[in-house]
Amino acid sequence: MSDLQELYQEMILDHTRHPRNRGELPQANRRAEGFNPLCGDKATVYLSVEGDRVTDARFTGKGCSISTASASMMTDAIKGKTLDEARTLFEGFHALITGQATAADLGKLVVFSGVSEFPARVKCASLAWHTLKAALDGEATEVSTE
Amino acid sequence: MSAPLGISADYDVERVRRDFPLLRERAHGKPLVYLDSANTAQKPRAVIDAERDVYEHYYANVHRGVYEISARAERAFEGARATVQRFLNAAERREIVLVRGTTEAINLVAATYGRRRLGAGDEVLISAMEHHSNIVPWQMLCEQTGSRLNVAPITDSGEIELEELERRLGPRTKLLSLVHVSNALGTVNPAKQIVAMAHQRGVPVLLDGAQAAAHLPVDVQDLDCDFYCFSGHKLYGPSGIGVLYGKAALLEAMPPFHGGGDMIKSVSFEKTTYNDIPYKFEAGTPNIAGTIGLGAALEYVMGLGMERIAAHEAELLRYGTQLLREVPGVRLIGTARERAGVVSFVLEGVHPHDIGTVLDYEGIAIRTGHHCAQPVMERFGVPATARASLALYNTRAELDALASGLRKVRELFA
Repeated sequence: MSDLQELYQEMILDHTRHPRNRGELPQANRRAEGFNPLCGDKATVYLSVEGDRVTDARFTGKGCSISTASASMMTDAIKGKTLDEARTLFEGFHALITGQATAADLGKLVVFSGVSEFPARVKCASLAWHTLKAALDGEATEVSTE
Repeated sequence: MSAPLGISADYDVERVRRDFPLLRERAHGKPLVYLDSANTAQKPRAVIDAERDVYEHYYANVHRGVYEISARAERAFEGARATVQRFLNAAERREIVLVRGTTEAINLVAATYGRRRLGAGDEVLISAMEHHSNIVPWQMLCEQTGSRLNVAPITDSGEIELEELERRLGPRTKLLSLVHVSNALGTVNPAKQIVAMAHQRGVPVLLDGAQAAAHLPVDVQDLDCDFYCFSGHKLYGPSGIGVLYGKAALLEAMPPFHGGGDMIKSVSFEKTTYNDIPYKFEAGTPNIAGTIGLGAALEYVMGLGMERIAAHEAELLRYGTQLLREVPGVRLIGTARERAGVVSFVLEGVHPHDIGTVLDYEGIAIRTGHHCAQPVMERFGVPATARASLALYNTRAELDALASGLRKVRELFA
């Protein structure tokens, strides 16, 4: 079970059971939808951006443990970050879950490092982040993990 | 049925398992529990040996060679076609068209029969429990011809609403294309009754037998279906080989599918004369070893006896269904009175992908996701399900392992 515990770390399970920032954000001025065609999971990310700073972030959608915890911790992590800092986190997180080295300071997000050992689950972890990137870039269309 | 493997009247599953080398593998240090045969089935030694034998002893092209090994290859290749004919109880060998699989078979019918017979305002009738491969080819056809796709609804237990299906068989219906056994729900459709119903209204019927052919005896003359298709890889044979059965008169009237070698009698720049059926639909060098491997797979299951296989699996399905019902939080998706081969389920509060990952660490392989049947998932209001599927080599002990694995999943996510 050791690898399995590496994937399902206690913090991930906690965010699965009690997702933070779940629900719509009425005052959002950035919004994007993401879709994982592999499993049919969908996610919507809502951002309030003032100047170059993300002042609030929420998400909706239902998914597996990994994708729910990822969206929950992501929205926590980007609040108060500048757009550039949020993009840097995106790059760093993507490197983390695909097993590449990164210099980004990911903080608590490192609990997702175990995902790199589970290629079938990388897209679960990245769904919310790809959706975030689309929201940051102001892309209007639905993004896909494919 | 005879018992060439020396099995007595009782089905000796442990002996059957010894015919499948892969079942000795381990996953994450545990004995492999393979419950994903509806996705693709493992292969018996007889199939592996048959394919190797082709390449080691008599591989050459078919329908062309004047030399000894080519004649041997052709005998084995056409012998496999005769085995398919026997397996389906088709009236004639020329009614067996060799294709890549069920998907190609349906696309073939859509592109030939469909494009010739359907015009603007005509309809193809399907059901709400179809696999994407029995939806998308018809949507493409509808786009090309201006015809419409009509979708007959299913009940909450996952059965076709027969009266509604009958009502939808109208004067514009040019084909009913229906799954024989649902891959996502396990429902066995009353195919013979439905074919008779459609024929009363002059509508031909295609049966998608991808999930049925491995689990039930199939007799196309008794069913009286116009087309029947299945894939080799779900029937313990190689992937990339499958079968389209069509009534000879229908196949004769259909234009060719692909153009090329082997599907012609003569070619000049002015005029090409097409070959007879089934070769008219088999352009290019075929999957020679795959076809011979498919023949070996069908010989293998017929040797065990489709009736006995069906009885073994029905018993396992009853046992597994009961076990899963006893796991707290499990909800079965698909509870039709007649089911075969698969148990689809969701576990309260746990996404199917998480179930799949945790079970994998117990050595248990199941399918999780939408099973290429997104409209079925939509119908039952779930994004995905977990699906355990049964084959002739599965055991009660493997289902016990599944149930105890699911209890571990619950503990982890509780």
